[in-house]
Amino acid sequence: MSPQAFDPVEPHALRPEVITAEVEASTAAFEAARSLEELKAARLAHIGDRSPLALANREIGALPPAARAAAGQRLGVARTAVKAAHDAREVHLETERDERVLVEEAVDVTLPTPRRPGGARHPLTSVAERISDVFVAMGYEVAEGPEVEAEWYNFDALNIGPDHPARSTMDTLFVGTEDSGIVLRTQTSPVQARMMLTREPPIYVICPGKTFRADELDATHSPVFHQVEGLAVDVGITMAHLRGTLDNLAEAMFGDGVITRLRPSYFPFTEPSAEVDLVCFVCHGESVGNPDRPCRTCNSEGWIEWGGCGAVNPRVLIACGIDPEIYSGFAFGMGIERTVMFRDNATDMRDMVEGDVRFTAAFGMEA
Amino acid sequence: MRTPIRWLGEFVELPASAGPGTQPDARLVADALVRVGLEIERVDSAADAITGPLVLGRVVSFVDEPQRNGKVIRWCDVDVGEAQPRGIVCGAQNFAVGDVVVVALPGAVLPGGFAISARKTYGHVSDGMICSARELGIGDDHAGILVLPAGSGEPGSDALDALGLRESVLDMAVTPDRGYCLSMRGIAREAAAALDRRFTDIAPPLPPVDGQAYPITVDDPSGCDLFSARAVAGLDPAAATPAWMAQRLRQCGMRPISLAVDVANYVMLETGQPLHTFDRAKLTGAIGVRRAARGEKLVTLDGVARALDPDDLVVTDDTGPIALAGVMGGASTDIDEASTDIVLEAAHWHPASISRAVRRHKLPSEAAKRFERGVDPAIAGVALQRCVDLLVEHGGARAVDGYTVVGEQPVPALIALLATRPADVAGMVIGRDAVVHRLEQVGCAVDGADVLQVRPPSWRPDLTDPADLVEEVVRLEGYERIPSQLPTPPPGRGLTGEQRLRRSVSRALAAAGYLEVLSSVFVSPTVHDAFGLPADDPRRRAARVANPLSDTEPELRTSLLPGLLATLLRNVGRGNRSVALFEMGSVYLPRPDAPPMPRPAVTSRPSEEELRGLDAALPDQPRHAGAVLCGDVEPAGWWGRARVADWSDAVAAARAVAAAARANLEVRNAVYPPWHPGRCAELRLDGRVIGHAGELHPRTVAALGLPDRTCAMELDLDALQPPPPAQAPVLSTFPPVLLDVALVVPDGVPAADVSAALRAGAGPLLESLRLFDVYADATRVGEGYRSMAFALTFRAPDRTLTVAEAMTFRDEAVARAVSEVGARLRG
Repeated sequence: MSPQAFDPVEPHALRPEVITAEVEASTAAFEAARSLEELKAARLAHIGDRSPLALANREIGALPPAARAAAGQRLGVARTAVKAAHDAREVHLETERDERVLVEEAVDVTLPTPRRPGGARHPLTSVAERISDVFVAMGYEVAEGPEVEAEWYNFDALNIGPDHPARSTMDTLFVGTEDSGIVLRTQTSPVQARMMLTREPPIYVICPGKTFRADELDATHSPVFHQVEGLAVDVGITMAHLRGTLDNLAEAMFGDGVITRLRPSYFPFTEPSAEVDLVCFVCHGESVGNPDRPCRTCNSEGWIEWGGCGAVNPRVLIACGIDPEIYSGFAFGMGIERTVMFRDNATDMRDMVEGDVRFTAAFGMEA
Repeated sequence: MRTPIRWLGEFVELPASAGPGTQPDARLVADALVRVGLEIERVDSAADAITGPLVLGRVVSFVDEPQRNGKVIRWCDVDVGEAQPRGIVCGAQNFAVGDVVVVALPGAVLPGGFAISARKTYGHVSDGMICSARELGIGDDHAGILVLPAGSGEPGSDALDALGLRESVLDMAVTPDRGYCLSMRGIAREAAAALDRRFTDIAPPLPPVDGQAYPITVDDPSGCDLFSARAVAGLDPAAATPAWMAQRLRQCGMRPISLAVDVANYVMLETGQPLHTFDRAKLTGAIGVRRAARGEKLVTLDGVARALDPDDLVVTDDTGPIALAGVMGGASTDIDEASTDIVLEAAHWHPASISRAVRRHKLPSEAAKRFERGVDPAIAGVALQRCVDLLVEHGGARAVDGYTVVGEQPVPALIALLATRPADVAGMVIGRDAVVHRLEQVGCAVDGADVLQVRPPSWRPDLTDPADLVEEVVRLEGYERIPSQLPTPPPGRGLTGEQRLRRSVSRALAAAGYLEVLSSVFVSPTVHDAFGLPADDPRRRAARVANPLSDTEPELRTSLLPGLLATLLRNVGRGNRSVALFEMGSVYLPRPDAPPMPRPAVTSRPSEEELRGLDAALPDQPRHAGAVLCGDVEPAGWWGRARVADWSDAVAAARAVAAAARANLEVRNAVYPPWHPGRCAELRLDGRVIGHAGELHPRTVAALGLPDRTCAMELDLDALQPPPPAQAPVLSTFPPVLLDVALVVPDGVPAADVSAALRAGAGPLLESLRLFDVYADATRVGEGYRSMAFALTFRAPDRTLTVAEAMTFRDEAVARAVSEVGARLRG
């Protein structure tokens, strides 16, 4: 085998100084690139298949075997360095580009966002639910009854006799004819009678609902308004239980420390009867006996009527088939409009009735 | 009931006020009365209407100066307690030198905002004004100035005190069970109990009953169990009402008229017994009491001729009815300016009869107010004696011998009361002695130990049951003593499914951008025409209010839409162009075959049949959900143009409601007023129509003046069932295959049918299907056709589905659409 002929002269491209120069030229070219596009052009020139170092690599075979390893190693080091220089520049340029684009994409986040305006629930609904929830938490059921109601349930069963003034056309709206026996219920109390007639005690129910009176609409009256009726019939129910229950409701609705007062009153279906008053939410009682600071909200009386209540009249228990010798009960009825007025400082009943969206919108989705 | 505090003080010693002045402490008395159940509406005084200096003056001298206009003015020097008298011009001449008069000094403001200043008039500077009773708001007399009795006070002293105008008046509401509190005597008794002070009743000596005052027959003892009369003669018809009496009447809100009338009113306020005065000279024959005969008429004191009802109680003489008993007297026997001989009537009328008469004749009166609530039958004689005494004292009258009483004072029945009962009801300690004490305070006679035998007083007809006595004891012990305890109900189950569902629906509609309103339930029948409802549409069969608040809106709603649309219109009128409202509430649908309403007794539980009858006579009252909207659902903004509300929003609202119940709502085109016949969706659930949604008919929009293209939805909420527990899906984590299908479908084929056919054909591995494009373009799909493009997602539960497999499913889906709805694949 004849010895292979080698070029005695080391090829130019593999000479260390040439390689070093190429590394320096590459590094300089990458550094000079001011954009990723320019860097790409520089990469093709210095790292691509036709780049000086790639071409130099092809010359290694021409070296004597003894010189190949050293040249290969030298070339490898150079190519690694060139690659590193490129990558460093590329990271740099990419970071620079990202920063510029993100700045260009910035928006004004204070621009209005809601494309679809939000809806809202009426406070009379949400307050009724809130009251129901307070009682449901105590174990009560939420009861319901018809709004167009039999006079028997609305009056007779509640110990309101046929000649009672409340049964006149001045107060009550009659359906059909005046002697049809059908009325728009004037209170939620008929639901009491319905519950007592269909349940065995113990009965603990709460009943929010619509009620009707022959009143003109003004700032404090509405012919259609809402009440929430509460009824407890059990062994040993007392007026102390009534007071405790109302205190609990008042605190749940208006916050701790709200002051209530029971004041003797008269309702045919409760005996003893009471009105529940709340300390005036405007003057907190400070207008009483203080002519310099009169309060229009409470008429300078310091208290505002919240609702009526009392021990269920044994006559009502009898009419509903419950033995008053075994069971006793309490009942109460609160105005929900009043509750909203106290809680949310709504001052005009008409705003609650007329359905102006600006009123409802203020309450949002509260539950 | 207005109550001057000093008048009250005549029956009970009241706590004195701490400040200057001699009157009782009205605030303290008011608080005590509130505690026992009288609702004090305000505490005021006549002085509230007067500010600034109002003093007594003594006329030192005067000169009468005739004026060119014929008037004579008096130029007076009046001593008002200052170094020099003041010069005051006065138009009246009913006074003399030395008289004590009331002077309003500059700076004073009299009732009605009448401000006094020093002013030049008739050539003098008048440094104040000498006042008449009318100018002070304490009388009608304006003929001359008010001259006070000598010794009324020193010049310069406060005239409000001298006139008693600072006296506090308690204005209170009296509940219907406490008729006795429509009198000074009754309120004083309450004050005595509330303040634990002694009560002194009025007890003038009474003559023996002898039937001689006037002949009386009572033919209807059920309507009048007691009728008594006295008489006076020789009354001076010109006798003036004493100033103190006139003042008290005014304080109580009554107008002084004449001595005889004023005395009757005064005694009524004092005793609670309404009295009637007949001019004896105008009476013909005996006085009688009966029910009116059909066709009888009576001209009452107010001059109105009234047709009497056979249920009306009347007082008669030989000429027929002379008074509507207990309500108002008749004109024919009324006393007048010439009356000298007077028959006084004090009767006790059946409360319910009086109530009915008041309602029938729409004639509320002070007398009727008391009879309706119950008058003390034992006080009639006392009241008559008081009247006689006052007419004798102030009117120069002579008491005619004789005292006629027909009927008997009923004796209140005994009530047995367990002595422990008040404590058991109140939930607080009340010993037997306290129970007895409190009952005695309200006037009961009490006997017995553990079981008390209680006889209520004559003035408390409201006390009939043990519970009534319990209330008396507990209220006098004080409601503020009742402790606060919570009962222990059995464990509850929370809201029912229906209740939770309604809350979900309400939140869903609010979340969809609708605002809740509670619109009127009263509607005008004309709305049915505006809605274009056919004559036999059940929505026209509305219940009517017999006594509507507005004659134009007598009907109860059969649909939520009239109220919602009226509310929408109100908002538009207030400048809100884009409105979306919802409401949930009952509509009232009378049953065509409703039986008449039964009237069960209340003495025991009604029978099941009676209870069923009560409900059967009522209208159906299903709960509906409704929504209306107009304007933009999405406003224009930096993001682009506005999206205008259209029919699809209304259908989406219905779907939102159904989604809350997880119900599968079927939607179909339908023709149903008041919706646009081409844009109305019928909403079905399990094949049953439960509502409609879409755009309103342009004629309805025009008739109601609604914004163009107003849309609406209404459905029967009660038709939705609370959702059963959801079946949790088994989730496949294998990749889906997404395929699109474009079909050409003949016009008139609903998209819902095309979707249904595709679904049916695609088989069980179809995960979802979505219609993403629809268009009608004759050049591309031909006349009479629409293009519908669907995105189908297939996924297998147990493996990676291949595209080839999915395509076979898609082809089957398309084949089904071809065969069932006449679709073809778009090329």
